[in-house]
Amino acid sequence: MSRVTKFAARDPGPAARMAGFMAHLRMHGLRVGVGEAETALRALTHIQASNPEEARRALKSVCSGCGEEVERFDDLFDSFWLNGGRVRQKVMSVQTSPNTDDVHSSRPAKTVQTGSGTGSATTPDGGDGEAAADGEGKLVACSVQNLMKKDLRDLVQPEDIAEAEAIARRLGAALRDRRSRRRKAARKGDQIHFRKLIRQSLSTGGEPFCLPRKQRPGRPQKIVAICDVSGSMALYAQVFLAFLSGLMRADDATDAYLFHTRLVRITDALRDKDALRALGRMSVLADGFGGGSNIGASLSQFSKTYARRFVDGRSVVMILSDGYDTGPAHRIGDALAALKKRGCKIIWLNPLKGWNGYEPVAKGMAAALPHLDLFRAANRLADLAALEPELSRL
Amino acid sequence: MQWTSRQTAMAEQGYIASDDLAMAVHLALALGRPLLLEGAAGVGKTEIARVLAAICETQLIRLQCYEGLDAAQAIYEWNYQRQLLTIRAAAEDGETGCSVEQRIFSEEFLLERPLLKAIRQPEPPVLLIDEIDRADEEFEAYLLEVLSEFQISIPELGTLTATSRPMVILTANGTRDLSDALRRRCLYAHVEYPDRETELAILKARCPEVEAALAGQIIGFVQSLRKEDLEKKPGIAEMLDFSAAVMGLGIADLTLDPALLQASLATLLKTETDRGNISTEIAQRLAGQAA
Repeated sequence: MSRVTKFAARDPGPAARMAGFMAHLRMHGLRVGVGEAETALRALTHIQASNPEEARRALKSVCSGCGEEVERFDDLFDSFWLNGGRVRQKVMSVQTSPNTDDVHSSRPAKTVQTGSGTGSATTPDGGDGEAAADGEGKLVACSVQNLMKKDLRDLVQPEDIAEAEAIARRLGAALRDRRSRRRKAARKGDQIHFRKLIRQSLSTGGEPFCLPRKQRPGRPQKIVAICDVSGSMALYAQVFLAFLSGLMRADDATDAYLFHTRLVRITDALRDKDALRALGRMSVLADGFGGGSNIGASLSQFSKTYARRFVDGRSVVMILSDGYDTGPAHRIGDALAALKKRGCKIIWLNPLKGWNGYEPVAKGMAAALPHLDLFRAANRLADLAALEPELSRL
Repeated sequence: MQWTSRQTAMAEQGYIASDDLAMAVHLALALGRPLLLEGAAGVGKTEIARVLAAICETQLIRLQCYEGLDAAQAIYEWNYQRQLLTIRAAAEDGETGCSVEQRIFSEEFLLERPLLKAIRQPEPPVLLIDEIDRADEEFEAYLLEVLSEFQISIPELGTLTATSRPMVILTANGTRDLSDALRRRCLYAHVEYPDRETELAILKARCPEVEAALAGQIIGFVQSLRKEDLEKKPGIAEMLDFSAAVMGLGIADLTLDPALLQASLATLLKTETDRGNISTEIAQRLAGQAA
């Protein structure tokens, strides 16, 4: 094999090379440790390690942990072991490592306001300004993808996040009561706790005098929040983004997504300890923020991909959107129907519902209605806080 | 033993494994590590355990996971009814409390569930933990302990260590994301839908009576069906059902009778939407391409 990497003569041996390979994998985001290195070396003793294809398969089964890693492994293997001595090529990185320039909140925020000029971020296209006029106004979804980068830190204030966090914590607690399928010892319960019963009856000669009980304890529900950040929602983004970051900080199991013309998972970015830096990372991910909206496509993408992994019968999917969609209306209904089949609850919080005399006449919204467990207004943090009693009833 | 001979042994049992999968199975056996198999439903993940048990000529112990699965169903439980009866009988015989306690918390009164059973076998069995992602996080955490130590602590009895280390196979199809800790303990293989040659070999191994031309058509049809936008893609088991249906209906060529073909689709398409999406014309077109 002429392609095999030539290591330097002073290279101390296979163990060191394997350690080097593990470091290479780690650098590219695979989660491998000392344990894997040891297993990998042992694995090589059970095959013909000199055959690259065999070694590749063996190391793949040891070092990869999910389908995504399996797909990337071949390239990583080639670049380390089979590069024929050339410089290692960089394959990759799916890992969310955003541009560090935007991460540090101490640096001056990038506010590039000279965008592509296709519409403004804060007003919808062709709405003639009547949106803000009175209770009967119309917001129109715009189909143009806005490539302008908008920094979310301009929109959200730190004190808002703190307040939102408190509210999110309360909402999370309200959603907490979902029965588990396990049973635990409890003072009152629907089943007899036999193990305890036997123990206690030993002292009374096998006569069970009191019957200890067991019951299904409450369990947290997982919140999956999907927030619309298209142009027509820009006015409300401030509230919702603060709410999202509060939600993420209040509960570890929460999952969050943004969409405009496409869907982005922002869970990892929002987990950042520094609330403002988290927003910075999020704005990098939300490239195209304030552009057109494609709710149907984003939701059906969600139900086909992420939902399969992260949504189950214990999830509450919370959609924050105004329902103005540029795609065909039935797509929203279809996507929600597919999502609903996973057994989750769906809540739609629509900022426009707060307006006087609002009717969900937008076709998309009308198609969504039959699939919703709760459809409420929310355009201020106070509105979100008021949801608490309703959520606990779900 | 070489991994290729392992592959051959699996083929003799009627399981055609891809190279990646055969290597993972070989290493799992050689290193004594659990093997985590992921992939869509119907690609033959569970079947691997059965085949391995046949190759190693050992017992297959299966634990089907579900939400709410707990220690009492997975590991062990005391036989409470027997315990109660024994206590009553002992009280009448005037036995002391201490000796009764000794007796009713002995192995005689222990009901073995799959995990305990697997580590108490004289010969190492194959332990299949099926659809681990259906069980909840609590159970996964418990499983980690069992998989790393191969011992089970029972408060009344002490620690039971493994008499033999079972060969552990875990399967998952993505109902829930598994924890990194569990993934780290296991070797991993992602089982894909087989390519054309592999699937032909599977069909030939399982239904040798299908003629070569028809077999080619069936595989081509099923493979192009998988490329369509379906809610539930047909797996290998569905493909085998379909071939059985085709044989049973006496179809010699898929393109000949559209109505019969449409009827036999019941074995491949399992949701209403999918049935609606694949109309007679589309089925005909796919069959035509396959031919």
